[in-house]
Amino acid sequence: MQSVTQAGEPVIQIRNVSTRLGGHVVHAGLDLEVRRAEIFGLIGGSGSGKSTLLREMILLHRPDAGSIRVLGVDLQNPGDEDAQALRQRVGVMFQHGGLFGALTVTENVGLPLREHTGLSSRLIDEIAAWKLAMTGLKPEVGAQYPAELSGGMLKRASLARALALDPELLFLDEPTAGLDPASAGGVDELVRSLRDSFGLTIVMITHDLDLLWQVADRVAVLAEGKVQGVGPMSELARMDHAAIRPFFDGPRGRAAQEQSVQPIGARRRGKPGAPSSKPR
Amino acid sequence: MTPAAATQPAVGELALSGSWTARGMGKTIEARLGTLPFSARTNTVADGTRIDALDTAGAWVLHKLLTRLQDEGTIVTLRGLQPGMAKLLDTVTKGITEQAAPPSPPPPTTALEHVGRRAAAAYSQGAAMLTFVGESALALAGSIARPARFRWRPILYNIRTAGFDALPIVGLLSFLLGVVVAYQGAAQLRQYGASIFVADLVGLSMLREFAPLITAIVIAGRSGSAYAAQIGTMVVTEEIDAMRTIGIAPLELLVLPKVIALMIALPLLTVFADVFGVLGGMLMAHAQLGVGYGEFLDRFVKAVSLSDYFIGIAKAPVFAAIIAMVGCFQGFRTHGGADSVGRQTTRSVVQSIFLVIVADALFSVAFSALDL
Repeated sequence: MQSVTQAGEPVIQIRNVSTRLGGHVVHAGLDLEVRRAEIFGLIGGSGSGKSTLLREMILLHRPDAGSIRVLGVDLQNPGDEDAQALRQRVGVMFQHGGLFGALTVTENVGLPLREHTGLSSRLIDEIAAWKLAMTGLKPEVGAQYPAELSGGMLKRASLARALALDPELLFLDEPTAGLDPASAGGVDELVRSLRDSFGLTIVMITHDLDLLWQVADRVAVLAEGKVQGVGPMSELARMDHAAIRPFFDGPRGRAAQEQSVQPIGARRRGKPGAPSSKPR
Repeated sequence: MTPAAATQPAVGELALSGSWTARGMGKTIEARLGTLPFSARTNTVADGTRIDALDTAGAWVLHKLLTRLQDEGTIVTLRGLQPGMAKLLDTVTKGITEQAAPPSPPPPTTALEHVGRRAAAAYSQGAAMLTFVGESALALAGSIARPARFRWRPILYNIRTAGFDALPIVGLLSFLLGVVVAYQGAAQLRQYGASIFVADLVGLSMLREFAPLITAIVIAGRSGSAYAAQIGTMVVTEEIDAMRTIGIAPLELLVLPKVIALMIALPLLTVFADVFGVLGGMLMAHAQLGVGYGEFLDRFVKAVSLSDYFIGIAKAPVFAAIIAMVGCFQGFRTHGGADSVGRQTTRSVVQSIFLVIVADALFSVAFSALDL
């Protein structure tokens, strides 16, 4: 998708958002900004409101107070048409795939195209097959039903569906959870190449420290209903905040940090890899 | 947004314009590209300066056009594309060359093959059902041998949900059925001055046939479907597998309590339905035929024997076993996701009602052979 807007301009603006769920305060005056064409990570302990924030950004939940603007649309009171148009510019990959069990994988991927464009059925199938190939799935997977797929294949198929309409903004909910190291490494490269080739803005919720160190440009740490720190992982690593330290201290945090000096593709599989595709 | 367009201003020139995106291309662009005349072995310059927007779908169509022309022997040069778009087209082209040819679709099935497949599926389902009944019988025998293994709490819980909670609907429906039977009979009986025989009609038909049948049908729709949906969802969420690995036999925990509970609850519900059905008939006899309540009950006692009453009640446990077994069996046959649960639930209701009516017909044949 070609965008006329400049890189670095905010795609998502969250101002002073407060949310209560069943008497429990989830967000208390949360501020956040995501810029165009960046890979943004959202981390925080369980129950820190990451998923609720994601649901608010994709119009599934309305915050009690504050404003959220996504791609220039105010989500507090969007009209039906604006909301519908926005949904077509945003892709979401759900944690458990969210693929429709009654449809084959190809039909799942082609569904947004069938629903929102006038393209011929044959062309939609071709594009769907190609999107599947782009996410690294074999062509024969297209004829299968989601129930027949493994966890990693489900995630890839779900990603292919999220990309069907060439969204400008992509949300990934736990893209590597439940994947084997090789598949998880594949997801890292995929996320990076999506941003590099299509200029996508990617927001991901993840606990995968490798993914954060390797591909995230900036990361926000959520705790106590607020963003406790935003910045590249290397900056966050130097911060001294009770909510941030757990991600860097401990053997897992340190190992991921040490790994991050190696080029992408080299880690997880343990073989020497090619140099990073796009140095920043 | 201007729709995508392709024109030939002159021989050897191709002008592309508009939004070459999934939404900008619409239905016609493919057909339009197919009709553009190109002469083989000539040079063609494609001008992409006026393309406003390009996405992967547009790049795909553009790539297909270019490769088709090249295959036909035309030498195409694409120029004027914005750098971002050129990069996108490049990425798409690279992706396509890496992609293997999709597998050919399976050949269409003939009607005969279709019938054969359906028959084979029906046969294997029947065999699986028999296996399931056998396994359940074994589990029941095991439980009887060691009564300590009986799970009383789920049995009592199932008696409450499938039996007690169903009292209002069963009572209402059988009451209405009694009203209908008496009302239909009234017109005929009045003609012959045989109004009092309405008690025979209502008593025999309700006690022997209608009360057990209507109760079984209501319970098949109410509880049989719930069993299938519950077990089906547990299969989908791997709860059944978890149960097996913990060492609890799903048959013992899920199936036996349901079967036993329903075999206790359904006869009791049938008695309840008997009472309300006769009550409905009695009210209608009074309203339509002027038969007094005392008169009706006098005749009722003479017309209906105890064996008629027990014949109706005796069918109920059989119907209960059919409903519970079919519901649980279809639940266990679930595989895949949410729509499979729905399909199996539908099947459980249809099959259990069908089998209940078949069993009822067999009972009628057997009872008439036995002169009961």
